[in-house]
Amino acid sequence: MDAILEMRGITKEFPGVKALDDVNMTVRRGEIRALVGENGAGKSTLMKVLSGVYPHGSYQGEILYGGQPMAFRDIKDSEAQGIVIIHQELALVPQMSIAENIFLGNEIAQRGVIDRRETNRRTAELLAQVGLRESPETKVGGLGMGKQQLIEIAKALSKKVDLLILDEPTSSLNENDSDALLRLLASFRDRGMTAILISHKLNEISQVCDSITVLRDGATVAHHGGMVEESRIIRDMVGRSMNDRYPPRQPKVGEVVMQVRDWTVADPAREGRLLVKGASFELRRGEVLGIAGLMGAGRTELAMSLFGRSMGEWKSGSVTLHGKPADLSTVPRAIRAGLAYVTEDRKSLGLVLDDTIRRNIPLANLAGISVRGVVDRQREGAVARDYRSRINIRSPSVESRAVNLSGGNQQKVVLAKWLFAEPEILILDEPTRGIDVGAKYEIYTIIRDLAAAGKSIIVISSEMPELLGITDRILVMNEGRLVGEMPTAEATQERIMQVIIRSGHDLTDETVTPEEIEAEAAHV
Amino acid sequence: MSDTTTERRGDTFGFIRRNIREYGILFALIVIMAFFQVVTGGILFRPVNLTNLFLQNSHIVIMAVGMLLVIVAGHIDLSVGSVAAFVGALSALMIVRLGLPIPVVVVLSLAAGAVIGGIQGYWIAYWKIPSFIVTLAGMLVFRGLTMWILQGQSIGPFPREFQMIASGFIPDLFGPDKPNTLSLILGWGAALAILWLQIRGRKREEAVGIVDEPFAFFAAKNALIFLALVWMTWVLANFRGLPNVFMVMAVLVALYAFVSERTTIGRRIYAIGGNAKAAKLSGINAERVVFLTFMNMGMLAALAGIVVSARLNSATPKAGVGFELDVIAAVFIGGASMAGGVGTVIGAVVGAFIMGVMNNGMSILGIGIDYQQVIKGLVLMAAVIFDVSNKSKA
Repeated sequence: MDAILEMRGITKEFPGVKALDDVNMTVRRGEIRALVGENGAGKSTLMKVLSGVYPHGSYQGEILYGGQPMAFRDIKDSEAQGIVIIHQELALVPQMSIAENIFLGNEIAQRGVIDRRETNRRTAELLAQVGLRESPETKVGGLGMGKQQLIEIAKALSKKVDLLILDEPTSSLNENDSDALLRLLASFRDRGMTAILISHKLNEISQVCDSITVLRDGATVAHHGGMVEESRIIRDMVGRSMNDRYPPRQPKVGEVVMQVRDWTVADPAREGRLLVKGASFELRRGEVLGIAGLMGAGRTELAMSLFGRSMGEWKSGSVTLHGKPADLSTVPRAIRAGLAYVTEDRKSLGLVLDDTIRRNIPLANLAGISVRGVVDRQREGAVARDYRSRINIRSPSVESRAVNLSGGNQQKVVLAKWLFAEPEILILDEPTRGIDVGAKYEIYTIIRDLAAAGKSIIVISSEMPELLGITDRILVMNEGRLVGEMPTAEATQERIMQVIIRSGHDLTDETVTPEEIEAEAAHV
Repeated sequence: MSDTTTERRGDTFGFIRRNIREYGILFALIVIMAFFQVVTGGILFRPVNLTNLFLQNSHIVIMAVGMLLVIVAGHIDLSVGSVAAFVGALSALMIVRLGLPIPVVVVLSLAAGAVIGGIQGYWIAYWKIPSFIVTLAGMLVFRGLTMWILQGQSIGPFPREFQMIASGFIPDLFGPDKPNTLSLILGWGAALAILWLQIRGRKREEAVGIVDEPFAFFAAKNALIFLALVWMTWVLANFRGLPNVFMVMAVLVALYAFVSERTTIGRRIYAIGGNAKAAKLSGINAERVVFLTFMNMGMLAALAGIVVSARLNSATPKAGVGFELDVIAAVFIGGASMAGGVGTVIGAVVGAFIMGVMNNGMSILGIGIDYQQVIKGLVLMAAVIFDVSNKSKA
């Protein structure tokens, strides 16, 4: 066995906690290794040890790479050896072009003067390798998450990379983009590259990975040399078996609560482009309504524009609540009307990260914890503790800062904030993005209980099995339009995809051959 | 993914690590005071000097509480020195030239400050023009207007009642003997009240089990603050009593500490500075809060302007030059973050006193203004480096 990497007895302690406890992992050259585990299991910490984010000496144990012991002081050291890590949070500069981002810190230059032509040429090559058809000079900020992820990979390829580490690369991608990314990864393997893939999505892992390492509570609990059943992996991860991914429920759908008519939203950045085109739908009491669609279909735009016109430029359309016209023109008005929007981007739009759980939860309903503008701290503390135990936010106390929580627990804090605002209608945008199986189940349970309590819920999700598992009815959105609607009982992933494709969306736009990209690059 | 378990309650080491800033700043103030007390041969804490310390730094403290809110909201106000000078000039004009009654002048001056702050805040909050630029413009504009309304001259002197705002002492209702009984009652009463509030707060926290601070720390900190207040009151009461501006300052500090920590508007300011987008999506009217924060800053700058011109007994075109830098430095020394969302009123006040004690101590030692500037700059830098290194370790 030709091992490219051997990590032996890695132990990493933080004050008061052992994040990694005698972890061993051996990776063969040319394989794709899956690294799985719940949030907080130590996957990211292990990869930070490997890539030198935690320098040699700050952990115990040894790293052998290509048979040689390594002592990385920082990321530069590990990159020099061909170990490149792509973090879950993308680190691209939105104001800069694709080419500038790819060669950031590594510019092709002579005596400090950047060779623009060469940079663009190399960028075009790299983009062709990852199958992305964009001009090297396109600004990154305007691109979707899927494309940004591909740019990160192109950036990794621009360095001499032998071992590529991807930390949940598909967590913000739709199924199409995810598939493309996984195929890309497989093609890299065929050319001899080794990869470690951290993922929560077990179907992806079985799709591309050759072997699996499972971490739990900072220790290696299982290693599978080949593919095993998902249920087995889940059992290893959570330490218990989880037969059902979705909690059972009996829907009690009542009268129409909200009616949206001809909702149209323009893109303020691009003249004449519409983000949402004449969307009309209704939502019933106790209903869980799913909105399916590809990335960029306009689902977030629809949701956020309904919620106090927080995104895009409202053009036309009306909303009635319980048959009466509703004024949702500002966020405070939307909240007063009984709406809540739980964002897909919890870190930048959902939480004050440096603040504690206690201070985050009441933010959308400060009146609920105050008397004449003075905060009642007893009440505030009680509210925070109540939600912490009710929806099982795992933290040492309510005084823990949001930034220190795992993704699933952060998501629960955002949810708690909106539950405390006591809305009638909750819009959940990608509520389980980037969180582990156990936490997902808990979120589904919360959604079910809310619906059972008579709330109306809209779930936007790029994971179709999730929509099929928890909703009552599914709307399909594509290119800003609602193009289909079906009861969940009659829906399948194939049917949803068919609706999207038949709606006239030309999929060849998205899937591009390398030849086309080169042709494109030649124009530049 | 992160390490939630690194925070544990009731663990002394962890507690110090998390709160090192809060204790660090208080500790730094004590060390600096002790240092100057020794090297000045005991002059620093002489009654007359202690009194001067408050008189000379009152305007910085007054503006620091407002600046703290501005900086916590994620902004900056460079115009406060010029606004203070402008309002000082305006008040001088109203008193000396127009002969308006002093209460009317004070109210009108504060209103003028609020209007000026409001105008700047309007562009910052509703037009999203960076506060650095708006207030830089304001700094130039109001400096110019000050020179214009003063025609390059100083206006003064003021009637005695106006001067008393800055240089008077609270009267003793119980006769003229020393010590000043009213001062003692107020000072010691405040010390007791603070102690009581702290103990009550801790009891309530204990009741719900969210006590974080080890008891020894709690006891030591409060004993220290209590004794310091009792002693300081005693010294001041045996000299001329508590200065009027001291009372103004104390009331403002208490008020703004309360507003920032205990009210919904305070909560909103921190949330906006911490994450403006999340705050807006939580239904917080960020524009209005930022607008009000600047309006408040303008009003406090006006108050500082009144105090300074009353102390100098004249309004001059050069008044308030560089105030903004002292105030901003005080807030950052006090632990506020340039990025917003972090900082405390008490921290800013302690920061202001660190600057004040250093100014005063170095002047007593006869250190030249040149070195003074260098040393103050280095202290500011050290405080922020301490913050940053502390944060990256945490």
